Amino acid sequence: MGYLRLYKKYLKIQLQSMMQYKSSLLLNTIGQFLVSFNVFLGIYFMMQRFHRIDGFSYEEVLLCFAVILLEFSLAECFARGFDTFSSVISNSEFDRILVRPRNEIFQVLANKIELTRVGRMLQAVVLFIYGISRSNVIWTKWRVLTVIFMIIGGTAVFSGLFLIYASLCFFTIEGLEFMNVLTDGAREYGRYPISIYGKRVLQFCTFVVPYSLIQYYPLCFLLDKNSKTWYPLLPLAACLFLLPCYGLWRLGVRHYKSVGS
Amino acid sequence: MIEVQHLHKTFRVARRDAGFAQACRSLFRREYEEIRALDDISFTIQEGEMVGYIGPNGAGKSSTIKVLSGILVPDSGTCIINGRVPWKERVRHVKEIGVVFGQRTQLWWDVPVIDSFELLRDIYEIPEEIYRENREELTELLNLAELLRTPARQLSLGQRMRCEIAASLLHSPKILFLDEPTIGLDAVSKLAVRDFIRKQNEKHGTTVILTTHDMQDIEALTDRIILIGKGKILLDGSLTDIPGAEENLDLAVANLYHQYGI
Repeated sequence: MGYLRLYKKYLKIQLQSMMQYKSSLLLNTIGQFLVSFNVFLGIYFMMQRFHRIDGFSYEEVLLCFAVILLEFSLAECFARGFDTFSSVISNSEFDRILVRPRNEIFQVLANKIELTRVGRMLQAVVLFIYGISRSNVIWTKWRVLTVIFMIIGGTAVFSGLFLIYASLCFFTIEGLEFMNVLTDGAREYGRYPISIYGKRVLQFCTFVVPYSLIQYYPLCFLLDKNSKTWYPLLPLAACLFLLPCYGLWRLGVRHYKSVGS
Repeated sequence: MIEVQHLHKTFRVARRDAGFAQACRSLFRREYEEIRALDDISFTIQEGEMVGYIGPNGAGKSSTIKVLSGILVPDSGTCIINGRVPWKERVRHVKEIGVVFGQRTQLWWDVPVIDSFELLRDIYEIPEEIYRENREELTELLNLAELLRTPARQLSLGQRMRCEIAASLLHSPKILFLDEPTIGLDAVSKLAVRDFIRKQNEKHGTTVILTTHDMQDIEALTDRIILIGKGKILLDGSLTDIPGAEENLDLAVANLYHQYGI
C-alpha cells in the first residue's frame, strides 16, 4: 500500500479518535468556527501593520507576507508531528515507531495530523488570494510557476526547520525554544523582503538558512526588480536544505537512547 | 536464527546530590556516571526456540530486546537475525518480528481494537486473506470476540494484554519478543497468556524470547534460560542448572542473584 493511502488511514483513525469524545468534538468545532471567523478580523488588522518600504510598495509587501504565511501554515499543518516530537521521545512512543516496518519520519508525521491548524491555513489562503489580486504583478507563465515554486520551496524550508527541531530532541529534550527564532521568527520577519534588513542578514538567509531563496529573490523576479532569469528556480534549490536536515535526523536516530524499561 | 556476539552498550547518566544548591552546581559542572547496560553479551538462539531472559531490574534485559528489535544501536558487537543486522535493515527486519512491551500499548487508545488491527494490517501490508485467517485464529485462541469492538482504553489490563499479543502476531512474525507480558495480570489471564504462547510456538514454530520476573512463566514456557546481571551473561542453560530449582524456584533464583552479587 502506498504511503499516501496509508496516510489517509492514519487520518481516518485520528478522526475516529476525535469522535470518541463527543463534547470535546463539539467544542473543537465551535472553536474552529470562531477561529475561521477571526481570520477576517486578523487580516484586517494585519493590513494596517504594513507600510511601503525600501522600494517595495504596500501591495508588494502584502504579497510577500501572504506567501510566507501560506508556506509556514502548510508546513505546520503537515509537519506538526515534528513540533510535538519531544513528547514522542519522552513517552517512548518512538520505540513503537521503530518496530513498525515503515519510514520513521512518515510515522511521526502521520501520527499527528493537526486538524486544528486548518483555521490558520484558511487565513493564509485568504490573505494569499487577496495579496495576489492586489499586487501589480504582470502575470506570465514563468511568474505563475515562480509562485508555485515559492510555495513548494518555502514549505520545504519550514519543514526542514521543524525537522531540525525534532532531530535535536534526540540529544536534549529541553531548551529547544531557541529554534523558534528560526521558525516563528522567520515568519514574522519574512513579512518584509529580506533585503531591508541589510546585506549580512541577506547573506545569512541565502547561504545558511535559505529564506531569501524562497522569498527575496523570487519576489524580485515577480516584481521585475533587478532580477535575473534564473531567479524563479531558486526556490527549488532551497529544497536542498532538506538534505542536511535529514542527515541530522539520521544521526539522531542512531543516537536514540530510548528510556526506562 | 539469532546470533549475537560481544554486544556492548554504555549509557551516560547524570548524577548529583540532593538539594537546590546541588542542582545549581550541576548546571555548570555535571558529573556523569557510565552505566554498562550491555557488557559483552553473546548468545545464539535457534529457530523455534523458546528462551527466558531473566535478571533483576536494570540488568540489561530491555536493552537487549531493544537492540534485537532494531530500536537501539549498540556501541560495538554484532547481531545478525535471519541474516540481517536489525538497525541497518530496520524496515525489512521488523516485518519478521513481533514485539510486545508489557508496560506500553501498541493499540490506538481511543478506537475499537478492530480499527487498530486494520491499521496494522495496512502498515505491515498483510494480504487480506492471511489477515483474516490470522485474526480469526487469534480471536478464537485468545478469546477476543467480545473485546474487538471496545476502545482500547476501556479494556482491563488482562484483556488489553491479550489484544496486544494478538496485534503483534497479525503479520505472522517468525520471532516474538515479549517484554514482561504477564506483568500485573491476574492468575486467570496469566494462565491464558502462557497457554497461548506455548501453542503459538508449537503450531507455528515461532521463536519466542521472553523477559519476565515471574518464575512461573519461565517454568511453564521455556527450557532454556539466559540470566543477565549488570550487563553480563551469568548463566545460559536450563532451569535444572540452577541449584535448588526443584524445591523453590523463586528462592533459588534469588540465591543465584545474591551469589553473583547483582
